[in-house]
This record gives sequence, structure tokens and C-alpha cells, in this order.
Amino acid sequence: MSEKNTRYRKIEIPARAGVGLKAQHYRDVLEGAPDIGFFEIHAENYMGAGGPPHAYLSAIREFYPLSLHGVGLSIGSHGALDKDHLARLKAIESRYEPGLFSEHLAWSTHDTAYYNDLLPVPYDRETLARVCDHIDEVQDTLGRRMLLENPSTYVAFEQSTMSELDFLREIVRRTGCGLLLDVNNVYVSAVNHETSPEDYLDSFPVEHVGEIHLGGHAPDIDDEGRPLLIDAHDRAVDNAVWGLYDRLLQRAGALPTLIEWDNDVPQWAVLAGEAAAAERMLAGVAQGTTVHAATA
Amino acid sequence: MPRLPDLQAAFSAALTDPDAAVPEGVTAPRGGRADKRFAVYRNNVTVSLVGALEDTFPAIARLLGDEYFTALAREYVRAKRPSSPFLAEYGEDFGDFLDAFPPLAGYPYLGDVARLEHAWLSAYHAADAAPLDPARLTAISESDVGDVRFTLHPALRMVQSRWPILQLFEANRTGEGKPPADLSSGGESVLVTRPVLDVTLSRLAPGASYFLNALAEGSTLGAAAGKAFENASEFDLAQALQAALAAGAFADIRMPD
Ligand SMILES: [Fe+2]
Repeated sequence: MSEKNTRYRKIEIPARAGVGLKAQHYRDVLEGAPDIGFFEIHAENYMGAGGPPHAYLSAIREFYPLSLHGVGLSIGSHGALDKDHLARLKAIESRYEPGLFSEHLAWSTHDTAYYNDLLPVPYDRETLARVCDHIDEVQDTLGRRMLLENPSTYVAFEQSTMSELDFLREIVRRTGCGLLLDVNNVYVSAVNHETSPEDYLDSFPVEHVGEIHLGGHAPDIDDEGRPLLIDAHDRAVDNAVWGLYDRLLQRAGALPTLIEWDNDVPQWAVLAGEAAAAERMLAGVAQGTTVHAATA
Repeated sequence: MPRLPDLQAAFSAALTDPDAAVPEGVTAPRGGRADKRFAVYRNNVTVSLVGALEDTFPAIARLLGDEYFTALAREYVRAKRPSSPFLAEYGEDFGDFLDAFPPLAGYPYLGDVARLEHAWLSAYHAADAAPLDPARLTAISESDVGDVRFTLHPALRMVQSRWPILQLFEANRTGEGKPPADLSSGGESVLVTRPVLDVTLSRLAPGASYFLNALAEGSTLGAAAGKAFENASEFDLAQALQAALAAGAFADIRMPD
């Protein structure tokens, strides 16, 4: 476990199904050597200097492509990015050479306090400029293109002047970043804002998408008794989301697809079953589809 | 219409204040009430941070019971947000918070148990280093040995207490559900190490904490032993050194110049 000077060859993330790597499954993965397209880690779980998380991740990284997903960078903050956090992110990126890096269109830090949730941003010119500055800084620091993930949201802002899609398109145009399309987030936000998830997906700029996320959501109701979906990542992917995924694949072709299951984490076999379901759908569209340049 | 900094200031302040109104400009689709919608964020923040504390302090949760622990952790979250997204660092002063929490004045050992749990997690994430091979020490001549200095292992932590915190920790972390240890059994100073992957806790003999602290500050072996004798006349150098080597307390040894 002493510092091995391993340099991993950066492996592109294949257009297959991957799963979010959970500590509960380290042994299943190392002992069972499952046929999984890639693993994705939350950068924040590997920000310690050493110990078991790095030991297991290093062992798993020997055999699988790795995707790095940040949850705490707070790209949507008005305030400056946390330089220490960015430095730790860079250290993980250099150590593991992930095939891609993604973060959220959200904020989680204010005045040095970290709130551990993906908070929504208004879609206006001021926020757009801020987000683009932060993405430029991340891409400059990491020396690579990043993917920005569409959020799931529960509230709207009176001050928004643009649609979410126009906001994302403009970010891509200004920064050159790619997009991570979370289909569960599309569905959750569409239900919560009473819009059409099909319309959103059909006009999503898929030519910039480098990865897809699928995850489970929890049903609730709002103040008016209307459905409110919570992006809980605590259960299997909903049928409605599988349907949207199928629709997306028909238009976009096969893309790396991640199953996210972060709470009430199930047995490995259940998670692997979700990945296998995605993989079957990917196999159905893999032949003769459009080629994507977006896997950063 | 609030500008972004004002919006985020109001939004974040309301997240950990259950009595705060939904921030201005935050709405449901078509402009309806957004109380329950905003409450989703408020709930996510509190539940996830309470969960982080539960992960870090399972023995405290067991000692207090889940319901009490959750209520207490909510108080802590309201008083203190993490200062970084690396949540293993959150709760660093949870022990101080417990010490100062008036309803728990009758449980004075809780703060030290919490400090031990935080030290455990800190050792778990500490930098990797191979523990010192004891043969490196035995190879040094008797005339030189008093002048050597040690580099302590990066995962080494120590927690001193007037209470039997190692017994309390073990009784409330393992799944056996033992009742709290006999509090009259005297204080314990605990050495936390992680020579390879497993975090190991051991009880420090009298004087050993002074000895290791002096070594950590760069004292020679001889000076550190002197420091330990000053503070605990029953200090046993050979035994303390042997225990520290066995626990993986050292990473390196430096010969006199
Ligand atoms: Fe996602």
C-alpha cells in the first residue's frame, strides 16, 4: 500500500453500461471481476490522503475504465471556487487518469459553508457568466474538457430569463465543455415543473453528450397536492425513465450510461442487473448509429 | 429581483433555519407556493449531514440511542456546517459540542469517545506509509540509541481521557450491544494507528503519551523518555517502545547527525 508510482493509461469510457462504485461492493468487484463497462466514483469520497478507499480504488482501476464525477465543486456558486477543493480534485485526476470528468449545474457552498446538496441556479445572464467562468477555471486546472450535468430541480426562480436548454447550450458554446445527460433528472424536473420530458429530450443538444445517467427517484407531493419527484438515487430506475432512455438512444445512438444508486445501496447483483438492462438497450442501437465525439 | 449573491445568501440561510420563509423569488411552476418544494432542499441538507455524523460517530449514536442522536445531530448541523465537501473532516469538534451541551452534563465521557471516533476516521483516511521495521532500531549501537529521532506514522493519533474510552468505544461499536463499560475502571489513553489498511486501537501505558508526543515534536529517544519519566514515574521505556513498534506508530528513524 505504500505509494506505488503507478501511472494508469487513460482509458476512454466505452459506450457501455457502468455503475457508481460503492464501498459496499469493493469486494464483489475485486473477487467477482464482473463484466461492467466502467465504474464511476464521487471525487469527494477519495479526498483523503490514503487508506482503504485508495487501496481498493487502485486495485479496481487496474481492471476497469474509470469516470470521475464531482458532487461538491459548486460550479453554480456566485462565490469563487474553493481552491483547496480544486487542488484535491486535480490530485485525484492526476492519480487515476479517469476517462472523463463531470460535475453538476448546481451550487452547494456559500461563504465557505458546504451544504452537501445540489442546489438550483436561476437561468439568467449573471449566473450564466459566473458558471462559464467557473467551468473555464476547472477545465484550465484539470487540463481537460469536462461534462456538465443537467440538474433535477424542485423550485423555479422568478428571475430566470432563459430555458434550461438554452442555458446549457450557451454554456457549451462559451466554454467548449460537454454535457452529461441525466435522464432521471430530465424526468424529475419535467414532472416537478409540469413540462414535457419528451420535448426536452428531443431538443437536447445530443451532439455534445459524453455520458448518460440513469437513477431512481422517490415520489412525493407539493403544497398544491401535485406530484413532486425527489432525485433520491435510492431505488431502481423507474419505467418512465427507461422509456425516455430508449427514446434518447434512438436519436443519439449508444453512449456511456451510468446507473446511479447512492442510498439504500442494494446487493451487487441487483445493481449489476440494472446495468445489464441498460446494456441490452445499448446493444440494440449500437449498430449503424451516429458517432459521438463528446467523450472528453 | 435579488441578484445572485443575495439570492444564494438568502437561500443558504433558510436551508438550516426551519423557521425561515422561502426566499424571495423562489417559486413553484406558474408561481405557486413553494414551501414544500423548498423543504426538499432543507431536508436533503439536514438529513445528509446528520447521516454523515452518524457514519462518523456510531458509538455515540449507540450510547445515546438513534432518536436522541438524530435530534442532537440536527442541533449540531444547525450550529455548524461542513467547511469542505470532504465530509470525513466534518464533526471535528463534535466532541467539544457534546461537552458543552447542557442536557448531557451527566455523561462527561461522551466528548472523549467522540474525539476517539473522529481520530479513528482521520487515521482511516491518513496518508499511507510502511511502518518502521523494528530491526532498524535494534541495529543501532547502545551508545547511539538515545540520540535517534523518529518520524511518526502519518496515521498515528492519540486521545487521552479520564474515562475508559477504549472500553466504551469497543462496547458500542461492535454488534454485541453491551451496556456501557464500568466507568470507575479509570481513565484510558488510546493510541490509534493504521499500519496497513486496518485502523488499530490500543491502550497506552502510563507515560507513553508523553513519550510519543515528545517524539512527535522531534525530541531524541533519550529526551522523550526523560519527559515521560517526569510525568509518570512508572514509565517503562522498553515496554513503551516495544508497544509503539508493534502498533506501527513509527514510519522512519533518523540517526544522530
Ligand atoms: Fe446524475
